[in-house]
Amino acid sequence: MNTTSIDPSALIACPNCDLLHTARQVSEGERLRCARCGTKLASSRPNAIDRTLAAAVTNAILIVAALFFPFIQLDGGGTRQSATLIDAVSAFGTGLTAPLVLVVAAFIIVIPFMRASALVYTLWPLRFGRAPYKAAPQAFRLANTLKPWSMAEIFIIGVVVALVKIAGIAQVSLGPAFWMLTAVVLVLLLENHNFCRWTIWQVLGKHTQA
Amino acid sequence: MDNLASSRKTYASLTAREAGLVACTTCGLLDHPRQTCQRCGAALHSREPLSYQRTLAWLIAGMVFFIPANLYPMLITNTFGSEQKSTIIGGVIELIEYGSYFVALVVGVASILVPLAKFAVIGLLLASIRRAWKLNPHQRLHLYEITEFIGRWSMIDVFVVAILAALIQLDFVASVNPGFAAVSFALSVIFTMLSAQSLDQRLIWDSMNETDRHE
Repeated sequence: MNTTSIDPSALIACPNCDLLHTARQVSEGERLRCARCGTKLASSRPNAIDRTLAAAVTNAILIVAALFFPFIQLDGGGTRQSATLIDAVSAFGTGLTAPLVLVVAAFIIVIPFMRASALVYTLWPLRFGRAPYKAAPQAFRLANTLKPWSMAEIFIIGVVVALVKIAGIAQVSLGPAFWMLTAVVLVLLLENHNFCRWTIWQVLGKHTQA
Repeated sequence: MDNLASSRKTYASLTAREAGLVACTTCGLLDHPRQTCQRCGAALHSREPLSYQRTLAWLIAGMVFFIPANLYPMLITNTFGSEQKSTIIGGVIELIEYGSYFVALVVGVASILVPLAKFAVIGLLLASIRRAWKLNPHQRLHLYEITEFIGRWSMIDVFVVAILAALIQLDFVASVNPGFAAVSFALSVIFTMLSAQSLDQRLIWDSMNETDRHE
């Protein structure tokens, strides 16, 4: 086969196994899967950009708000203590474990917030039919790189485990910040369901390549 | 669901590399080989350079840090002046003694079983790329996807320690501090995640194609 005659824009390669497929417009609610390995190639959900943007805005607001409300309250021995997320993070601030401060803070606050902001930056102009901002490809790349490192949902389960561990020692109640972070997790699940990287790159590509 | 069966016939299992094209791993744009992707600006490689070596290096780092993570205390508890240290396994046993079997199971699976399984799976995948291990590629892909998905959950015990330390820090009756294992365990999880991310999955399918042709 004469390879130079192939038009790359008419094809999609499976990101997983590199097999070529003919590209075509995905109809609403449809999912394209690789013929060889079954990896999702593209999907189309109604209003994917709207929904992803809405989820990102919600998350950015919830994460910032969750910082300032008590996360858990502890009643024991006649005293009451409440800890915010910032307290939870700064508990690591002493001694040998100091570097862990940065890691924990990054996983539960900084990275989820950065990812939400990067998505808002990328999608906001697209939502209103305008050309994307100049750094949109970089921002969207960042959002995708950060995805596995955003660990709010794991933290929530960690909180539940911690509650079980100290249930015998003290009375513990969950504060508003816990529920805000739980909401972040639920919104992220919805966002994942609607998110199609390939579709958003196509929209971005129309502007950057033109 | 459309599995693109028709298009497969047209291009009869031709990969992008065989067609002289390169797919961007970041945005998926298919293009003729060039330095950077025209659409997203990421470096463009038909196969990630040194993928095997980088995966192996991160894997070794992850395994090395897993050792102190299990030997040193994860949690140091001071109650009325007496100090009690508990390791990862010690924490799980404590939970079983409290009767919280389900939570013990969650923590045990996340902090012991998952990391060990992840080391084994990445090791197997690396061996399969070098064709030292014959495994159905579909099974390999599932193994990879499962470990990629659950690998992050190992971090749960680190968060538990953080929350306990924050909650019981100022109390005069008891205080809880994270031990050295908390740091090494967090690093072990991070390195193993980096290892899985460094693995270019296309290499797995390349090795399968090559064996197919030899047979």
